[in-house]
This record gives sequence, structure tokens and C-alpha cells, in this order.
Amino acid sequence: MKNNKIRMVLVLLAACPLLAACQSSGNDSASDAQDSSAGKGQVYIFNYGDYIDPDVLKQFEEETGIEVVYDTYDTNEEMYPIIESGSVRYDVVCPSDYMVERMIQNELLEEIDYDKVPNAEYISDTCREFADSFDPGNRYSIPYNWGTVGILYNSRMLPEGTITGWKDLWKSEYSDEIMMQDSLRDIYMVALKILGYSANTESESEIAEATQLLIEQKPLVYKYATDAIRDFMINESAMLGVIYSGEVLYCQEENEDLQYVVPEEGTNVWFDNWVIPKNCRNKENAEAFIDFMCRPEIGLKTFEYLHYSTPNDGTLAMMSEADKADPSVNPDKKILERCEVYHDLGDDVNRMYNRYWKAFKSE
Amino acid sequence: MRRKLLSAPYLVWILCGTLIPMAMVFYYGLTGDQGGFTLSNIAAIAETGHAKALWTSVLLSLVSTVICLLLAYPLGLILKKSGMGQKGLLVFLFVLPMWMNFLLRTMAWQVLLEKKGVINTILQSLGFSGLRLINTPTAIVMGMVYDFLPFMVMPIYNVLAKIDDRVIEAARDLGANNFQVFRYIILPLSVPGIVSGVTMVFVPALTTFVISNMLGGGKILLIGNVIEQEFTVGNNWHLGAGLSLVMMIFILVSMAFIAKFDKNGEGNTF
Repeated sequence: MKNNKIRMVLVLLAACPLLAACQSSGNDSASDAQDSSAGKGQVYIFNYGDYIDPDVLKQFEEETGIEVVYDTYDTNEEMYPIIESGSVRYDVVCPSDYMVERMIQNELLEEIDYDKVPNAEYISDTCREFADSFDPGNRYSIPYNWGTVGILYNSRMLPEGTITGWKDLWKSEYSDEIMMQDSLRDIYMVALKILGYSANTESESEIAEATQLLIEQKPLVYKYATDAIRDFMINESAMLGVIYSGEVLYCQEENEDLQYVVPEEGTNVWFDNWVIPKNCRNKENAEAFIDFMCRPEIGLKTFEYLHYSTPNDGTLAMMSEADKADPSVNPDKKILERCEVYHDLGDDVNRMYNRYWKAFKSE
Repeated sequence: MRRKLLSAPYLVWILCGTLIPMAMVFYYGLTGDQGGFTLSNIAAIAETGHAKALWTSVLLSLVSTVICLLLAYPLGLILKKSGMGQKGLLVFLFVLPMWMNFLLRTMAWQVLLEKKGVINTILQSLGFSGLRLINTPTAIVMGMVYDFLPFMVMPIYNVLAKIDDRVIEAARDLGANNFQVFRYIILPLSVPGIVSGVTMVFVPALTTFVISNMLGGGKILLIGNVIEQEFTVGNNWHLGAGLSLVMMIFILVSMAFIAKFDKNGEGNTF
């Protein structure tokens, strides 16, 4: 109910920037007064929909006495203007890697005080290094979940070990059995990785080469899709498909023949991260919340709820051997060396990709 | 004065529903990122990706329009000839699907055409090999025909139903055979229905992006998909608006062509 009300306000505010501006300046005094009067106050969290175990939030409230005000969004692009305009002020937000990069560039984020977040020491070195590429020095963000993009295949139709890398998606014997992601960055990443180029390349000749490769593959592809890939793999309409690692455990629960491979050529790794906006209401509460989320046992609860890879070494140590051996949860370190985080390429390069993408799609 | 007041809601409607949106499309279409005037968004239709998408759209919507016409015209004749009571029910049955959600109807075609869909399951249980239907241009044409057929049936049937039976009787009296009655009486009198049916099928088929998304499996790019993606993932409203202006020109030209054809038709061609 509360959520709905806030969401309605959000929609109204987003629809009218002018009103939003008045609203946020008018609200300041009221909300500040509230923060000081109520004991530990509140923490305003803005997160992806269904992206946290509700029990974890309850436990946080009970332990710290800080009240959680929780709102959700569906995409980074939906969240960004709300934080930028300050129409609603949040203490903790959970953007993805490239969006963290953009928010840092536009000076929307507050530096995290690591003294207040002692549990951040559990974050693994591998994840810190990856995060360093979008948040240099790990100053503004702490990873919450991460994952890879890989291939899901049906091991009853294709014996285990036959699928090892992206190049297998170009084999003519799998004609009409291949499902590709229908999103520009993910599809170009696959082709660029086969060619041995960076998934963030800005070179037109490399993009043209990748386009040619994708055109060659097109007759073999059954369907370019996004969320539907999961369902097609589960009901065995296709033998192999490109998928996000976070969806693998769900697929395997529905169909135990499905196996996940992190392609040997390397792939994209993505990170969702806790950040504190500059216009937050209560930075201490924000840091208390992030510290709580970095606790190994909370990380384990999160993992059990969401099944995404954890950046938390403490959590990993607590997992079962089977989970630790699962490439969708804990990918091979050697392959990870060939993996990359997406960067925001800027308008001009994005448009160049878009032009080649349309040429390939209309072929 | 009072009369003028009565027209106010319609003026507001035209202003908010037509004039302002059109002005915005023109503004975005004729400006670049930096805000200056440019025709590059319109010229972009000549780029390979766009031109191919436009060509595919024209081709598929032409095929769908012709199929719709070939299905709807005989149907209109049958409906005209059938008795009154029956007629109401028959028309109702053909228009009934229009009351269902458009997305839902297209999704139903997905279920029918899939590799393990209804059609292939039936074929395979009869001992035939399965057909590759989904994610092909054929699937898109099937979807277009199904979705837009009622728009062809209704105007043609309305025009045919209004033809006075006495005119046909008079033609027979004067010795015309069945073919001559059709060729010189019924067909010329039904041209307005055909023209409006063709426009009502061709125009939405030309600009659709939902049908190609759902039944084309992302393998067939229509001009509607290109425009949609410029506004959503491509984040280039200027290009999207520029391309929709091209579509607007395209549609206006084809409507003018059809109108001209219609005038000639009623004059002397037939």
C-alpha cells in the first residue's frame, strides 16, 4: 500500500519536472525534521524489482531499529532521471556497472566511507578488480550481485563437453536450434569475443567484421529473443541459447538436462552495486545498510533467494560444494581473465553500433 | 457564440491529439542533436539497413493486402447473397475476433506456428514431417492477414450490401450473363469499398512492428521495428521521427494514388 502511494507520487513527479523541482525543495525541511525526531530514522532504498529477500529487510529493521522505506524500478534508465532530478531522495540505490560509471561521471554519487562498512573486506579481489574498471579505486560502489553471459544447452541432445565456446553457435549442425539474445551489446559481444576483440571496441573495422560474422550466423538462428529464451530452453524447442547466468538455476529446476557453460573465448560480466546518491537523506543509515548486506550470512540468504553469483568471499565459503562447482555460480578464474564489463561507449559509438546492427538485422 | 462553444472539445482534441504531436514529430525529424535544422534524418532512409527494412515492409504488406482482398471479396458476395437472418450472424462471426486483444491474437499464432506448435504436432501425428513456419516472412504475412482481414471485409461488404438488387435484375433483363453482371455492374459499384479496404489493410500492415516482433523471431526487420527501436533502445528520437516522416510521405502518396485510381475507376476504366 505504502509502496503504491510512493510509486504514484513518483510517476506524478517524473511526469512533471517543474513540479518535481518545487516538490523536492519544499520537502527538505519536512523530511529532515522527521529524520532527527525518530530514533534511528529511516533508510530509503531504491532497488530493482524482486531483487532482495524480504526477510533480510525485516532482519535489518529488527537489528538496527532503522526503518526501511523500499521502492523498486525495472531498468537503470528508469532509475537514473529520478536520482538526477532529486524528485525523490534515496539513501541507497542499486545500479548496474555502466550506470555506476555514468553516475560517477555526472557527479551524482557520494564516496563510501569504508570505516563505516567493515564487512566490505569480504568482497573478493576478482570482483574488486572488475569493479575498478567502472568505478576506479572502488570509491563509490560495493558489488551486490554479479554474473556472466553464457550458453545454456540441453545435455540430453548434446552430450556434455560438446559445447565449450561461442564458436559452437556457428556450427551448421545446430541449424534452427540456436537462440541468440536480441540486444545489441550482448549480440555484438559474442561476435567480438570470437574474433578476439574487446566487447567495448570502438573500432569501426572490428565492428564491421563482427557484423559480417553475425550475418553468416543468421540462417542458423532459430530466434532472437530476450526473456523467452528461458522458456524455449525449458520446453526443449531449441538445443542451445545465450543466457544470463542468474537464470540458469531456475532453468535447471524446471528441466534438469540443461547445462551452463561460460564460453572459453571470454564473455561479459555484469555487476549490480550498492551506491549512495549525493542527495541522500541519511548517509550513516545508508552505510549501515550496505555493511549489513556485506555480511557473509546475509550474502548467503541473498544467494539462496536470487541465485546470482556472490561477490562475497565469506558467503562463497559457506556454500555447498555443488554450488561452488557450478560454473553459473562460481566461474573458472582462467576464463574470467578473458571477461569484460561493458562500458558506456558514448552517443557517437553507440550510433555506429546501431547502424551496423540494423544492417545485420535487415539482411 | 454557443455554436462555437460546442466545437471547443473537438478543437482541443485536434490540438492535443493531432496538431501538437504532428508538430513534435516534424520538429524532431527536421532537427539534429545540436538542435539545428537538418534533412539527414529523412535522407537516412537510403542507408542500407533502413532501405532494406522499408522494402521488406512494402513487399509483405502488399502480399497481405492482396490475400486479404482475394479472401474478403468473395466473402462479401456470399454475405450479400445469403438471407437476412443468417447474414447478421455471419458478419458477426467474422468481426468477432476484433473484440479480442490484438496482442493475444498474434500470440495465438505463435502457439500455432511454433516448431512444437499446434500445426506441426497435428502434421507429425499424421505422419508428415513438420513445417518450418515460425520466424519466416510467411508467418508474418499470416499474422497480418488474420489481424487485418476484418478491416477489408467490412467496407467491401457494406458497399456490396448497398447495391440495389434491381440494378442487377435490370442488367440481366438486358441480357447480361453472370460474368458481365460482375464485370460491368458489381465490381465498378464496389470500388469505393475496395479502396477503403485496401487502405485500411495496407497502411497498418506497412507500419506494424508488433506482428514482426512476435512472429518474425527478430530475424525480419520491418521499417516499423526500426522506428520503434530508435525511440526505445537506440535512444535517437531525431532519427525515429525523421523515418516516420518518410513513412507519412509514403502513406500519403499511396493514398493519393489509390484515390486517383478510384476516380478513374468510377469514371471510365470499368
